[in-house]
Amino acid sequence: MRTPGLLSLIILAEVAGAVVPARAAEIPQSDRRSGYDSMSPETRAMQDDDSANPATFWVLDGEALWNQKAGEANRACADCHGDARDSMKGVAARYPAFYAARSRPIDLEQRINICRSEKQKAPAFAPESKELLALTAFVGRQSRGMPIAISIDRMVEFLDAGRSLFQRRQGQLNLSCSQCHDDNWGKILAGNTIPQAHPTGYPIYRLEWQGLGSLQRRLRNCMIGMRADPYEFGSPEHVALELYLMWRARGMKMETPGVRP
Amino acid sequence: MTRPFPIAATRRQFLLVAGSAGLAPLLAPKPAAATADSMAAAIREVVGEASVRPGKVKLELPPLIENGNAVPLTVTVDSPMTDSDHVKAVHLFNEKNPQPNVASFHLGSRAGRAKISTRIRLADSQKVIAIAQMSDGSFWSDSVDVVVTLAACLEDSPP
Amino acid sequence: MTRALVNIPKQAKRGETIEIKTLLSHPMETGYRRDTMGRAVPRDIINRFVCSYNGVEVFRADLFPAIAANPFITFYTVATESGELKLSWTGDDGETRTETATITVA
Repeated sequence: MRTPGLLSLIILAEVAGAVVPARAAEIPQSDRRSGYDSMSPETRAMQDDDSANPATFWVLDGEALWNQKAGEANRACADCHGDARDSMKGVAARYPAFYAARSRPIDLEQRINICRSEKQKAPAFAPESKELLALTAFVGRQSRGMPIAISIDRMVEFLDAGRSLFQRRQGQLNLSCSQCHDDNWGKILAGNTIPQAHPTGYPIYRLEWQGLGSLQRRLRNCMIGMRADPYEFGSPEHVALELYLMWRARGMKMETPGVRP
Repeated sequence: MTRPFPIAATRRQFLLVAGSAGLAPLLAPKPAAATADSMAAAIREVVGEASVRPGKVKLELPPLIENGNAVPLTVTVDSPMTDSDHVKAVHLFNEKNPQPNVASFHLGSRAGRAKISTRIRLADSQKVIAIAQMSDGSFWSDSVDVVVTLAACLEDSPP
Repeated sequence: MTRALVNIPKQAKRGETIEIKTLLSHPMETGYRRDTMGRAVPRDIINRFVCSYNGVEVFRADLFPAIAANPFITFYTVATESGELKLSWTGDDGETRTETATITVA
């Protein structure tokens, strides 16, 4: 199996190891760029045009699920939330959000599953299942174009945990997320531009996957690529990282559902 | 599994083989894949013995591909698209995927414009060729060389 | 479950050349991939796409595994008369999926 990125990553690790400060600097607000900006015009067109974006299939499936009665309670999302175009506007832009019943932040997937099990009395959707991806894509689509607006009220310790995870060296290559995405964004690694890693478009249609996937799937891929043990879906580490990443991208426009290479 | 070295056709090849006894696996035959030859054969199947001239066709592909799984492609043919003078078909070929054919688009005078866009898969850096078959029996072509890299962080199989 | 997205103008002037954009939900399984057990995943692609205009074929595409997943095809046709545009995708399994759209030509 070819691993063309491995040599580049080892060189990067050796260079970065020599000069990395104790705490990497965050990207200045005005320098923040979405991964969209380094895509080719054709791939951007694929994201911008709903009829050319394969993610639209998931959004439409999500809309169907939204209106479908389910579970022992025989309720549809629409029965409580009405038209998602109104009720879900801006919702994805403020997740992960604090959930008082658990005294911790939860992400949108967890929120959907809480509604599913507690309100619809139906079994929760499995991580990365078609249904869960369809609903998060549909709900996320209602925030497209809106600025990410995370409130860290009651969540400061989780934000700090997420930041530590982002800046922590890990895996066989002893690299942190920050070394690529804060310190070396914009440079080319194995033919691709290193993005700043803002989760503005999730769930995304990733060309590499030839399908739609969540931020957690992408984070697991990154960690496997760094030769680190990936976190499990739904783990507290993932939610803390998602919280930090969304807060780091605060004010940037939601692009859901995005297209990425 | 070991195989006896084939007797090489040229002296230079034979010297290389003799001097590298430990390299047997590297000299094993490659898996079946399109080559310049099979692409030429696929083209011949469409074109027959007619000559294919460069021109009239414009094949557009990004020179550096972000991901070989979905490469945007547009092919345009300069033609008035009238009943007496139009594009009958546009055929796409590649050099290094497992198969040389990519697609054949059948048009005609009702098309109005000979311009098609699609997304293709490219397994490696290679040449892509578009051949237009005109109503007068002539063939015209354009080709593009593209660079395809693998994604930087290869993932596990899907969850 | 939504299978196809088609973008066709609802109206056009007689003789105008219109663009038709199509996107189909389909994995276009090449037949060259292997699953986690090393077994080849069998080929399963859309091998033919046809557009007919009031029953007359105006565009046809023969597709091979090199066409990307969720096949995207855009092409042009002349708006000759009002009526129905029918788009069909035929797979290796022999099944044909169809979408229709009406167009008003004045």
